[in-house]
Amino acid sequence: MSFAKIPKPDELINIKYSPPKTQWMNTPVDFRSGTWSYAAAAKNLTALDIPNPRAWQPSDEDWKLPENWQQIILDGMKERLEKYRSFRLFMDICVRCGACADKCHFYIGSGDPKNMPVLRAELIRSVYRRYFTTAGKCFGKLAGARDLTVDVLKEWFYYFYQCTECRRCSVFCPYGIDQAEITMIGRELLNLVGCNINWVLEPAANCFRTGNHLGIQPGGIKDMLEFLADDIEDRTGVRVEVPINKKGADIMFVTPSADYFADPGTYTCMGYLMLFHEIGLNYTFSTYASEGGNFGLFTSHDMIKRLNAKIYAEAKRLGVKWILGGECGHMWRVIHQYMDTMNGPADFLQEPVSPITGTRFENARSTKMVHIVEFTADLIRQNKLKLDSRRNQHIKLTFHDSCNTARAMGLFEEPRYIISNTCRQFYEMAEDTIREKTFCCGAGAGLGNDENLEMRMRGGMPRAMAVRDVVKKHGVNRLGCICAIDRATLTTLMDYWVPGVSVMGVHELVGNALVMKGEKERTTDLRGDEIGG
Amino acid sequence: MNLLLSIIAVFAIALLAWAIAASATASSVLTMYVLYLVFIVFLGGFVYRIGKWAKSPVPFRIPTTCGQEKSLPWIKNNPLENPCCNASAIGRMAGEIFLFRSLFRNSDVKMIDGRPVYGSAKWLWFFGLMFHISFLIIVLRHLRFFTEPILPCISSLSALDGFFEIGVPALYISDAALLGGLTFLFMRRVVLPQVRYISLFTDYFSLLLIAGIAVTGLLMRHFYPVDLNAIKTLVAGWLTFKSAAPGEIGVVLSMHLSFVFILIAWLPFSKLMHLGGVFLSPTRNMINNNRSERHVNPWNAPVRVHTYEEYEDEFRDKMKASGLPVEKE
Repeated sequence: MSFAKIPKPDELINIKYSPPKTQWMNTPVDFRSGTWSYAAAAKNLTALDIPNPRAWQPSDEDWKLPENWQQIILDGMKERLEKYRSFRLFMDICVRCGACADKCHFYIGSGDPKNMPVLRAELIRSVYRRYFTTAGKCFGKLAGARDLTVDVLKEWFYYFYQCTECRRCSVFCPYGIDQAEITMIGRELLNLVGCNINWVLEPAANCFRTGNHLGIQPGGIKDMLEFLADDIEDRTGVRVEVPINKKGADIMFVTPSADYFADPGTYTCMGYLMLFHEIGLNYTFSTYASEGGNFGLFTSHDMIKRLNAKIYAEAKRLGVKWILGGECGHMWRVIHQYMDTMNGPADFLQEPVSPITGTRFENARSTKMVHIVEFTADLIRQNKLKLDSRRNQHIKLTFHDSCNTARAMGLFEEPRYIISNTCRQFYEMAEDTIREKTFCCGAGAGLGNDENLEMRMRGGMPRAMAVRDVVKKHGVNRLGCICAIDRATLTTLMDYWVPGVSVMGVHELVGNALVMKGEKERTTDLRGDEIGG
Repeated sequence: MNLLLSIIAVFAIALLAWAIAASATASSVLTMYVLYLVFIVFLGGFVYRIGKWAKSPVPFRIPTTCGQEKSLPWIKNNPLENPCCNASAIGRMAGEIFLFRSLFRNSDVKMIDGRPVYGSAKWLWFFGLMFHISFLIIVLRHLRFFTEPILPCISSLSALDGFFEIGVPALYISDAALLGGLTFLFMRRVVLPQVRYISLFTDYFSLLLIAGIAVTGLLMRHFYPVDLNAIKTLVAGWLTFKSAAPGEIGVVLSMHLSFVFILIAWLPFSKLMHLGGVFLSPTRNMINNNRSERHVNPWNAPVRVHTYEEYEDEFRDKMKASGLPVEKE
């Protein structure tokens, strides 16, 4: 990743928090390079049946909108006000107390007042008032209402694709107003007139057709997983099997494609493969459902459902008993909060029971999908794994709670339990930056692209600075997480703000520490780094 | 601009009230008829707004989780921050409504030595809660005008409220607290550039309107005493639909009533409806049992999916070439 085009860290950290002189309604958006994402390519819109495919960029003067675009947006708003209580309520009850303002990582990192969640929401609330409330119709600006113009639409685009749907503001709001909900609806509305970003729609289109975001075809998936098995053999002397599309397996395993596609996710994936081999799990990967992540979440509720449908359909086809899911953030938001409602009931599956420990995962009895850290924490607790934490002695770890597993599930203790059993040097970051108050990597919700790099570094700054603190205090050299987007984006973030810190998944720790039957004496970790070095 | 307009609006109401007080006819209209209109508008508006919210379904279960979820039996969960059953969701809501739990988390951030440092910022919580509780106490205290004899609990509340016996008649703690809370909330809105930047007319206006009510109320209690018996008779008239023309009403009482009537009538149509809305917030009032109990979306519509058959049709040869099993040879 080249940082040549964006300001240096010591320049970027000079953030001005004073609002501009002009009122926010009279301050049009400036598409400054480095702070926005490229428009989606027409082919991806077509592949997903999204209207208005065309060649355009947000920096263009003319966005080539359909003639009746205002009507489309307003009809879309009306429909969503009637379909989502969250949306209607969050349009009405905000008192603008500002408690959310400095909770947003993009606001802390940019000082742009429209990144205060309250004002980001006002961007759409002002239009809601103008067309859907009597006060707004009669009193206009006095009632905080404004017309829906092209400038307003551009502002929506800029700021709704400058929100990572992390829900941190929602933790602090006295009414629980969740900017993620508002951003999701805002993006849905933008999609109705064909305004979307390629970093979201290309993965979504790929996923629709090939089953995964990266567009990897069946043979490619097999090659990549076999390649990881080769690496495992090289490091440990043990050959693990990689079952794919195997009918009659007990468990189908679904993980983000980034885990088998690129470093450092691959090391986490090696951890999964080693674990499954060691406990003799009868499981299978699927090529059709080869993606845990779901970029539909960053497009529209319908798109979530369309992409997510593969998981249950494939579990049914393969005849498995239940589903196990890998380490990923937004994937788990979808599985935990949407999957069963959208594509369930999964009455063809069985209530998940660990075949190794006999533990019944009652918390997943309806969705029938278990998080791998729950599964592994149970294995450790029941003494089913032989772990040698000395093999992680060269790692001084801190742990980043991923937004979605933190604020849309409450998965805090399981990963920490695994860490405490596999790693001896673990240091928590400051209390205001972990658990439910965790800071986003700055590049979730489809914003992890190169053209948006400056805004990513700004948004990730609060996270990075919290890491820097534990680096200074304890000499931390590794940042652990349970999210595939994190593994990719935090790596860049660390290179920029805290060089020398690398990123890993929790199951890479497991892979390193796992004592396998028939293994050779290990001198390196899964990355090939010397143990104790 | 918004601030100025809201000051003008409040003064205009005061002026109108002054004019009303000067005219016996207008005073009668205000005290005999307007209140019924206000009551109807309030009730109708409140029901309409709640009904409108309630009519929109909650398609997905989306609680914001702020503590460990219930998962494996040996992992301690946090039911109040991450509700696992009805009782814990009610507990969470009670915390939000009576203690402003989420606002209690409030922190601020300062850049110190080129890094963000987070500090505790409980002032908003403290003054916010103080404002709301004292407002509630004041409303309850006013019930003494509505019952004869005064309900014992209301008398004790008033006695407790005037516990310090400062001045004659005793200054109510809630009055002082309300003014303190209002001053903080207002000054914060005016002084903090970020909060000023987001403030609308309605934000200033609601605070000033309530301030107007408080100040006129205090004036009547401590400086321009009104005939409490006359007021009691007036209220009794309202309740029995036998209002009699009160004759001259004082300027301060006229202002107090005008502010109160406008607040009550305006409440359902303003941001003050957070009073009702907070109960309906799906991120707070739902149980995080997503994976154990299926949530049903009433409009869950079918969508176009890419089936396995379509997938295999496209990749069958490649799958066979890689040795992957296929459904159709």
